[in-house]
Amino acid sequence: MQDTLAIDAQNLARRYGRRWALADVSLQIPHGRVVMVAGRNGSGKSTLFRILSTAIRPDHGSANILGFDLVKQRYDVRKGVALLSHYSYLYESLTAAENLQVFADHRGTPRTGLKELLDRVRLGQRADDAVHTFSAGMRKRLSFARILLQRPRLVLLDEPYGQLDPEGFALVDEVVHELQTFGVTVLLATHQLERGGRLAEDAIVLEQGRLIWQGNPQFIPSAARDQWSGRA
Amino acid sequence: MERPRMSEPFDAVPPVMPRVARHKVGGLIAALRKEFLLQWKTRTQFMAVFVFGATSLLLFSFAVGPNSEALRLYSAGFLWLGLLLSSTLTLAESYHAEMENRALEGLLLLPSDPRALYYGKAIANWLQLALLGVGLVPVMVVLYDAGTTDLLRLLAIILLGTAGLSAPGTLYAAMTSQARAKQTLLPLLLFPLIVPALLASVKATSLVILGDPMQQLPSWISLLTAFDAIYWSLCGLLFGRVVEE
Repeated sequence: MQDTLAIDAQNLARRYGRRWALADVSLQIPHGRVVMVAGRNGSGKSTLFRILSTAIRPDHGSANILGFDLVKQRYDVRKGVALLSHYSYLYESLTAAENLQVFADHRGTPRTGLKELLDRVRLGQRADDAVHTFSAGMRKRLSFARILLQRPRLVLLDEPYGQLDPEGFALVDEVVHELQTFGVTVLLATHQLERGGRLAEDAIVLEQGRLIWQGNPQFIPSAARDQWSGRA
Repeated sequence: MERPRMSEPFDAVPPVMPRVARHKVGGLIAALRKEFLLQWKTRTQFMAVFVFGATSLLLFSFAVGPNSEALRLYSAGFLWLGLLLSSTLTLAESYHAEMENRALEGLLLLPSDPRALYYGKAIANWLQLALLGVGLVPVMVVLYDAGTTDLLRLLAIILLGTAGLSAPGTLYAAMTSQARAKQTLLPLLLFPLIVPALLASVKATSLVILGDPMQQLPSWISLLTAFDAIYWSLCGLLFGRVVEE
């Protein structure tokens, strides 16, 4: 059973000071699924993604990611997981091309194909410009290129539509669809419920750090809104 | 304009090299490349730090007054104090780019070996501090009349002494990089730790400048080398625990 799961998390919890940002979240996600993660600001989406990507450790609970233990086999988990975070992970003084070169060098990937990757996210014309001259949307696109550079088996996209223009929205949709076609598991945290619902096969809703709803993404808008407004 | 499409999302990206090929040395080379690239992009800051160091030496000479014998006597101490003060600026600055957008976390998640990241940064900081030390020697000679013909030994002491500053300095700069009072915390933590290395560096430099009738220089250099070995091995081991949450 475990081999068919990309994520098998049990009772994950994380506390910041006295506040539980994530409380008792259990999650089973099969390989190759696209799952939308919805919830209000501060509901625990980013904390969940940061735990699953091994950026932070859970205070409680355990998880198997791509068959590896989240804490004990962190290095192996990282080889297969890519996180699009609120942080861009970019060096401001380096150009777009240099940033990708740095990531490629650390990843142990040859530097070939980086130009095509920048063209892919429509930054080919700005490859030699320093990141500090980029708009927020362009930084997001470059971060997206970094994700693709990693050749991940599990992609965690935290607010991928944030700061993007309509063309950027389409780019995200297109890449997520292609990742899905090639069997990559994608978790998509977004407030764009209609848009995310069209891409995702499953959805979960977090509220105050707890998983409160799981099901078909087509029903998520009403279910989530009811919950958030206290009607459920 | 039509967006370039690919038959597979990763077509443009070659697969990851076998782990053996990239292993530790590959990670270190990648880290060094990144550090030198970042240092080159911010090279004007190095000039500012050099001016700060030279100004410190000038102010020390004012403190002693026009006593040329005393100036020459204390020149080694002043050189290393100037380097120490300048080092807090360069060490703290070396993490600015890493913390701006949490780029260091991004590298750790790739995944990169934390030790390779540490040694890359520590070596880059070491070379920068050594260059600064070499640059401050002519200033010291002019201000304190403290010249020497034994330049090779002086260079070796500068290399060993700055190695003793950069290894723990890089670790502590990582520890304090996310603190609000990092500019205050770094010297508070670093200075007590590097006292033995600083003392050995000052004594050895002093012996090169003033002469070494008792043949004490090899002992001080051995002590400095021993402390460097301890700093570089221990700090490399601890870095992973410092940067991983």
